[in-house]
Amino acid sequence: MKRELLCISCPIGCSMEAEFDDNKILKLEGYQCKRGITYAEKEIFNPERMVTTTVRIEGGEIPLIPVKTESSVPKELALKVVQEASKITVKAPVKVGDVIIENILGTGVNLVATRNVKATCKAGV
Amino acid sequence: MKRFYDAVIIGAGPAGLAAALSLKRNGIEKILLVEREGYCGGVLTQCIHNGFGLHKFRKELTGPEYAERYIELVEKERIEILKKTIALDIIPLEEGLTLYLLSEEHGLPEVSARAVILAMGCRERNRGNLNIPGTRPEGIMTAGLAQKLVNIEGYMPGKEIVILGSGDIGLIMARRLTWEGARVKCVVELQPYPGGLMRNVVQCLNDFNIPLYLSHTVTRIMGNRRIEAVEISPTDETAGPKERGRFIESCDTLLLSVGLVPENELSLKAGVMLDPVTGGPVVDSNLMTSVPGIFACGNVLHVHDLVDYVSDEAERCGEKAALYIMGRLKKKREIPVRTGNMVRYVLPSRIDIAEPVHLSLRPIAPEENTHLLLKANGSVIYKKKYRKIMPGSMIRFEAKNIPEETESLEITFEGKTG
Repeated sequence: MKRELLCISCPIGCSMEAEFDDNKILKLEGYQCKRGITYAEKEIFNPERMVTTTVRIEGGEIPLIPVKTESSVPKELALKVVQEASKITVKAPVKVGDVIIENILGTGVNLVATRNVKATCKAGV
Repeated sequence: MKRFYDAVIIGAGPAGLAAALSLKRNGIEKILLVEREGYCGGVLTQCIHNGFGLHKFRKELTGPEYAERYIELVEKERIEILKKTIALDIIPLEEGLTLYLLSEEHGLPEVSARAVILAMGCRERNRGNLNIPGTRPEGIMTAGLAQKLVNIEGYMPGKEIVILGSGDIGLIMARRLTWEGARVKCVVELQPYPGGLMRNVVQCLNDFNIPLYLSHTVTRIMGNRRIEAVEISPTDETAGPKERGRFIESCDTLLLSVGLVPENELSLKAGVMLDPVTGGPVVDSNLMTSVPGIFACGNVLHVHDLVDYVSDEAERCGEKAALYIMGRLKKKREIPVRTGNMVRYVLPSRIDIAEPVHLSLRPIAPEENTHLLLKANGSVIYKKKYRKIMPGSMIRFEAKNIPEETESLEITFEGKTG
């Protein structure tokens, strides 16, 4: 199999061409340092992405709370993570790091809040 | 009743928050932060993606997380914040600075300050700045506004999106809108290279097979009530848009990610002199503007690409403003720093050579394998190799040990050393 890749390890952004079979890279061209090889291996055989999205929140100062996966998840699950997050509503207050969805889609990764949202203040407070 | 402060900071985004903490740490007690939104954090609150804080915290944080680190500290220090408040005017008087504020809750407070730090950030360039021909339908907005609608307010701006400009906000919004169910038809970039980080081109466009048309621009907007389509034309560096290769792309939304401009209406009214290249105030080594007592930092001074650098600059600004308030800010002989080959601007443009100074600069165009040179009276006193320079990546370095007899300084890139 053949694939073109753009290395994102540094600002140079080498354009690489990889030839590979089911479990290893057979030929890699266009990289300028070994980080290119590491990147190509990861990107071809086990691509992962961090997912950041929002979840509805009730009783807070704002209608949405930003969330993220605590670490990266398999790339093909990224869209599903966003869709899962859009199904739920949480209640204020929420603090940075609070778990919003535990072990999302069985990935072993938690979806956590990335902003503090206080409960709406009572009048005069 | 007029209230007195040592320092008033306009804007509680990353620059204002870091400047406030820095003032406090440098011994200033009476500080007021003025913020126009109902919350602190500025644009970071809508930048929910990650990639912030690698320099400052050695960790990849999301925008809101980066902001919370500063907000928590500011709250702990009990620094006074007036939210949902704007500054109307800063009037320089002999005994200090008077500010007129406006807020729903407090009316028109008048406050005075010994120093003011401008930290209002920047604003996006819009259709009016580009002069795109065509009709004037709805559905055309800046990428940052779309980001605020989606990430803070919870509204989708449209279903079929074309993005003009490949700056990072545009790229990030391509992914965000795709994830939220919109179809991003393409990203159009005037330059022959992408404006944003390679990482964003890969993870926000290539991951979703969104086409990126380099050396293309939008030459016509079509639609009556709502935008219906755009005409996209290839461009030639010298001749402008070409007819050959021109095509129509249907869409119901056009997002513009075509650059940022420091927001300096307030500064101008206060008599602050602006630099036509950066769009921000002209400042000295202490980040003080042409009006004594008024300082500036962050995107109001010049547009940054990393918030980490904004925080650094704001901390230095707070430190210098604290010295000014305590009457201990020395001002010695200043000499201009001239921009040479490939340098778009350098900031500060005048420096006091007695002390080390942090300089920030941007190149005019991308180049590989070049050297940055600092020349004093024509001879090189600092040299650093860069494998790649890009207009989108600000370069910072500390200029020190400049010979006392120096009359002129120049920052320049030397040609390829291959």
